[in-house]
Amino acid sequence: MDHRFESPAAVRSSLGQVNYLSDEGIAGVVFLADRLGKPVLVEGPAGTGKTQLAKSVAEILGARLIRLQCYEGLDESKALYEWNYKKQLLRIQAERNNESTWEDIETDIFSDEFLLTRPLLEAIRAEDPVVLLIDEVDRVEVETEALLLEILSDYQVSIPELGTIEARQIPMVFLTSNNTRELSEALKRRCLFLHIDYPDMEREKQIVLSKVPDITENLADQVARIVRSIRQMELKKAPSVSETLDWARTLLLLGVDTVNEAEATETLHILLKYQSDIAKATKELSGDKGVRKPGVPRT
Amino acid sequence: MTPPTATEVANGATPPPASSPLLDLLEGFMGELRAAGLPVSLTENLDAMQAVKHIPIEDRGAFKYALAATLVKNNAHWRAFETVFEVYFSIRGKEYALDVVSDGEMPDPDDESLQGQEANGQPGAGGGGDGLTPEELQRMLFQALLQGDEALLRALARQAVKRFAGMEPGRPVGGTYYLYRTLRNLGLDDTLEELMARAREDSPETLTSLEERLERDEYESRIDRLKKEVEAEIRRRLVADRGVEAMARTLRKPLPEDIDFMHASREELVSLRKAIFPLTRKLAVRLARKRRHGRKGPLDFRATVRRSLSFGGVPVEPKFRYPRPSKPEIFVIADISGSVASFARFTLHLVYAIAGQFSKVRSFVFIDGLDEVTSYFEGVDDIAHAVHRVNTEADVVWVDGHSDYGHAFEVFWNAYGREIGPKTTVMILGDARNNYHASQAWVVKEIQKKARHVFWLNPEPSSYWDTGDSIVGEYGVHCDGVFECRNMRQLERFVDNLV
Repeated sequence: MDHRFESPAAVRSSLGQVNYLSDEGIAGVVFLADRLGKPVLVEGPAGTGKTQLAKSVAEILGARLIRLQCYEGLDESKALYEWNYKKQLLRIQAERNNESTWEDIETDIFSDEFLLTRPLLEAIRAEDPVVLLIDEVDRVEVETEALLLEILSDYQVSIPELGTIEARQIPMVFLTSNNTRELSEALKRRCLFLHIDYPDMEREKQIVLSKVPDITENLADQVARIVRSIRQMELKKAPSVSETLDWARTLLLLGVDTVNEAEATETLHILLKYQSDIAKATKELSGDKGVRKPGVPRT
Repeated sequence: MTPPTATEVANGATPPPASSPLLDLLEGFMGELRAAGLPVSLTENLDAMQAVKHIPIEDRGAFKYALAATLVKNNAHWRAFETVFEVYFSIRGKEYALDVVSDGEMPDPDDESLQGQEANGQPGAGGGGDGLTPEELQRMLFQALLQGDEALLRALARQAVKRFAGMEPGRPVGGTYYLYRTLRNLGLDDTLEELMARAREDSPETLTSLEERLERDEYESRIDRLKKEVEAEIRRRLVADRGVEAMARTLRKPLPEDIDFMHASREELVSLRKAIFPLTRKLAVRLARKRRHGRKGPLDFRATVRRSLSFGGVPVEPKFRYPRPSKPEIFVIADISGSVASFARFTLHLVYAIAGQFSKVRSFVFIDGLDEVTSYFEGVDDIAHAVHRVNTEADVVWVDGHSDYGHAFEVFWNAYGREIGPKTTVMILGDARNNYHASQAWVVKEIQKKARHVFWLNPEPSSYWDTGDSIVGEYGVHCDGVFECRNMRQLERFVDNLV
């Protein structure tokens, strides 16, 4: 089979071309996923570009992105396939006058024509190159996870009435998880694991520069540094990359070129979403070194 | 000091997967990962072997991530993996050869004194920078930190280890000893302030407190990096001296969920505190789901018949009896003295994180006196902060601040005993080391009579129970269960069963 990428470095540079700044780990895992033909399980805090990774890979491959958004209560008929039973009923009604046997009708109504494909099956049957994104897989119940296993390890779907449908080509598969629960061992075993954390300062600055047009280098640098500083505090929810970008855009709109304390604290609500976090960050940024690390063990 | 395998691996430009050195190395590596507690399955093992076929070992970063992607499926285990990886692969590869510092990494060429020294020195033999006086070394280090020059930092870290750590082959001391020696000699304690002072001088205007903070963060992170370099260098040397297996064994650390509460080091406590948040969140989600889903009961015949009357006696709509699991009321009584304090802290944290699962949570802490701390948690969304307040503000000392379970229980019984009802579950946390005071076990007996359950969680290994001044057995007979609860894993299991 042809490989999609030459080397991890090639992955990295082509991702860079579509404005997705990866790092060594991300590029390496995407490269391996292609070579080994394995799905990638992407985990990490919200807003660090997990979903965007799948989109960007689809973009550089010129592939169609098929997305399955997971939620509690997702079942076979929403994820894999469903029989179009209304059409089947119509068919039976229409056949009533003819002298066709039951066997004929049965083989007829359980054929392709009456099959509604859902994302997973669609990805398997696609002729054109596709990237399959199974988003927030931690939201489905443990039992539903089992639905995914066959497709993830063998790239096939078994439909009792039709037999097994195998993939025409091995698509790239990305699963994302916000880690609200432990995924089953069976699922993890079938995937390559990639943890995307908050980027380091230098990378974050590059991300801001590439995603926010017209921003000055100086402002991007400051933004990245302040965000790093905020992430070091103990917060309920640390600012994500997307929030950093929103903040940078806001500062730009306000016509700020060097952030000072007042501007930083006034616009903090864009970075932080909890009142207690905002209060804490305001206090710390305005120079109060009082509670840097609460709960330090008392000995 | 050069290890035999380093050259073998470094020379094998394209390591054929079947060739034994790399394979053996990987075998050992996986074995060590398993020994460190990472669940590495056979499939994952095979995947890793497949993966390294595609990535040359020379590309060390990519190689590391390839192994990580196939072997580590839980981010909490990343650190353990990294340590093992460092040990197994750190000394392999030319640029990591021990005593040779390549010219590219040589210290600042602008430094005249250094250049002079170097010309005279024997190149390659002892590495560069040997002739530096300690003051010069320090000065260069300061410059490197100020400018954030990574390569220079790395070179200096090596030099510092070589010079200050005083490492001798075969000496049976831990790596932390060498680390301590090196860092003490570098005198990094004041460096941060000096750097800050310099930053203040260099800036045209006075720094605002925001700028000050940012500068400080930057320098702190650089100093951290230096420390990491030093640590890595020491490790490399130790591996070379003692061999990979022995080194890996000494560095083996428990995973966050297996860290013993009572003997956690400061650093481990930090990693525990980081681990507890995702853990509690997961637990809360799981419990909430359980409650939502387990709601299919048997047919409620009476209600169905009653309902059928509106349809002329046809049971159109069957009625079911839904189980209504009662939400227990929780009383937590925790010993927060000395060694068991961290255990109490984590348990309180966990209990309050899932407070939604209980109808009411009340908490009491004691050493030899007892105080109710429920109010600290009310309307607070930062549990860690509330727990911190408990540890600093609660009035728990009666006489001398040594645990006195007997007196604490007596106080509890007199003040709050009548509030215990049949829906109450009482959790007592502590090691029951009573300093030979009177046990007053009758209180626990009385509590058990009134309460739904009484559980005792003991952070000591069960083999230590009832030794010395531990009288957990005396209380235990009146409890519905006494559980050993030494680490996060056991604690989580207990709370899961409780709900």
